Amino acid sequence: MSETFLRLTNPGSAALADLPVLSFSEFSSQALRVIRERGGRVSAFFAVPQGAQFRLILVLALDQEGKLLLSATDTGSEYPSLTPDCPQFHWFERELFEQHGIRPQGHPWLKPIRFNQSQNIPGVTDYFTMSGDAVHEVAVGPVHAGVIEPGHFRFQCLGEDVFSLEISLGYQHRGIEKRLIGGPDKKSIHLLETAAGDSSCSYAGAYCQIIEQLSPGCRVSDRNQALRVVAWELERIANHTGDLGALAGDVAFRPTMAYCGRLRGDFLNMTAALCGNRFGRGLIVPGGFGYEVDQTLCNKLLPWIEKTAYELNNAADLLFNAPTVLDRFENTGTVSAETAREIGLVGVAARASGLQQDVRFCHPYGFYNQLPFPLASNNSGDVLGRAQVRMGELIFSMITVAHLLEDLPLRGKTPTKYRLSGNRIAVSLVEAWRGELCHVALTDASGKFSSYKVVDPSFHNWFGLAMALRGEQISHFPVCNKSFNLSYCGHDL
Amino acid sequence: MWSVIKARLKQGFRTGTFPHTRPVLPDRFQGLPCLDNTRCRTDCRVCIEACPTNAIGREKDGIVLDSGKCLFCGKCVPLCPEGVIRFSREHDLAAFSRQELLRKDSSASHELQPRAEIRKLCGKSLKIRQVSAGGCGACELDFNVLNTLAWDMARLHIQVVASPRHADCLLVTGPVSKNMLLALQKTYAAVPEPCFVIACGACAISGGIHAESPEVCGGLEGILPVDLYVPGCPPHPATLLEALIRFMGLKLR
Repeated sequence: MSETFLRLTNPGSAALADLPVLSFSEFSSQALRVIRERGGRVSAFFAVPQGAQFRLILVLALDQEGKLLLSATDTGSEYPSLTPDCPQFHWFERELFEQHGIRPQGHPWLKPIRFNQSQNIPGVTDYFTMSGDAVHEVAVGPVHAGVIEPGHFRFQCLGEDVFSLEISLGYQHRGIEKRLIGGPDKKSIHLLETAAGDSSCSYAGAYCQIIEQLSPGCRVSDRNQALRVVAWELERIANHTGDLGALAGDVAFRPTMAYCGRLRGDFLNMTAALCGNRFGRGLIVPGGFGYEVDQTLCNKLLPWIEKTAYELNNAADLLFNAPTVLDRFENTGTVSAETAREIGLVGVAARASGLQQDVRFCHPYGFYNQLPFPLASNNSGDVLGRAQVRMGELIFSMITVAHLLEDLPLRGKTPTKYRLSGNRIAVSLVEAWRGELCHVALTDASGKFSSYKVVDPSFHNWFGLAMALRGEQISHFPVCNKSFNLSYCGHDL
Repeated sequence: MWSVIKARLKQGFRTGTFPHTRPVLPDRFQGLPCLDNTRCRTDCRVCIEACPTNAIGREKDGIVLDSGKCLFCGKCVPLCPEGVIRFSREHDLAAFSRQELLRKDSSASHELQPRAEIRKLCGKSLKIRQVSAGGCGACELDFNVLNTLAWDMARLHIQVVASPRHADCLLVTGPVSKNMLLALQKTYAAVPEPCFVIACGACAISGGIHAESPEVCGGLEGILPVDLYVPGCPPHPATLLEALIRFMGLKLR
């Protein structure tokens, strides 16, 4: 059967004229066929206003083939919803409805996701309800008990058991995507670095790949590509370490909580040794790497990583060998592979449910092309699975960072000036520590962004947390939540 | 149990000596901005135009750097032909009024003092309720770090409390997104009077990089009265802890 898609590899760009604009029926039948038959996954689905009409642009990732397929269709203020045929679309279609007022007809649960239109009050919306004896509703947030970002959670419970959890976000909305239009300018990279502060390196990396794809002749030297991997992996290590500690804390296993909290700081300080900022702000810049890394710095970092890795292994061993911990982790918050695939989970959560999905592995970018790369995965789909995937990744990431610092490629040129070409579309995927981060940019005739779309891994995964809680006890919510550890601000943008 | 004790011995005692000694900071740390306006050329606007948050402006007697807007990205430093702007290694950045954040010279900020009644009301302990109002998570994470055993702020009687009813003060992060405004005001109202307010990070002080967004209120100004300003994007844990200690009027070094 003939297929009309724009085929790209990650990261990639093409002239806007090469993006096929299909009739809606052709657009939907092709997309659904690719998803059903070839394991396609929705990476981004968004609208670009065109006068009174809208152009819907779809980015599908084919993880097994390492390809990205793009297509588009024009629509007015409504179209037949794709969600009933493919649940992966449900959050994207709610976003379309909220941002542009495009109504996907037949969407089963159409309501705002960010409450950023003036008529909406955050958190005030219809929720699933139950009725009967012993049925009760628990509402939590937006201000939670700890030092954590705001979100609203509604549990429908029968006694201790949760029948349904609905998650209502949007409190962190800052309008980042809109402010990127007309760029790139001096603010762009800072806006993206603070889109999700714990993923600054990943966000900067995805943005820089977009700039490099759109600027003809902009090549990043091997050395800078290798240093970017160091930055990305240090970010992953710090966050995974923190998560293992927090998971331990949520089941009251204090030793690992205490050690990992401190060790996470060590990894953040390694990032700070590179650039002065613990979150890697300014490390990754268009065309290269923001700071010089000389032999003295490498010699300082290498023994530090080795010592910290040893202490982390020790702290993690305690966690994974404590029967009290395993009793709480095992068979808690299970998401089956089938559910994970159906709702389009990404990252740690997807790999813990047995999906072979990792951008570094399936759509390698930059220096990951040159690294031997195992994929940490697990089939259990429970809290233990997600913890073990993190541990597996930690080990590989620490080896990678040490290996790269031992033998950095020789210095290459870093271009300082770049000029974006006009009328193009670029896609950039990065495996942030939570999972796939997707940036899509369109330029106008003068080479300025006419549209910039960001899909944070949490955008795909918040619904996974809701699914994990079904049939669980409400007291398991903290540990389930922590095993996903999703971003509020990355979702809300 | 034995494995836990063995691990405890392996991991060792790791609580740092800060705040009793000076903090250990990364070599490339960018701290208190220091200006030498005697060298500034009045016809030059390079730094003003390069700053992503418009933190640099010009007054009669030279340029002014607003550390409440500054992201500490350091982009202005290599651009200045005369070397007017320098980021020192001083971690102590806190101020007690918005005006004190405007940097025109190299004066240290640790001579600034909070109002005497604050120190009196705090007594020896400080109970903090944190509210993230559009924060990117970095300020929250580096505040959380103060609870880890490396910093252990509880030994200084500073504690995070779950309920606003138990709090002495609110520590606010983020540019105050419109969607969090009501929740922030309600939390403030739920704290017993007097409720001190700490603005943590460039976003909470001035809106930071998000200041011009129509979706945010541009920081706490005009929303809540702020008693302590902690600049940074995000503030280093040492900057934040030093600020809290000075706010309480403790003298530890």
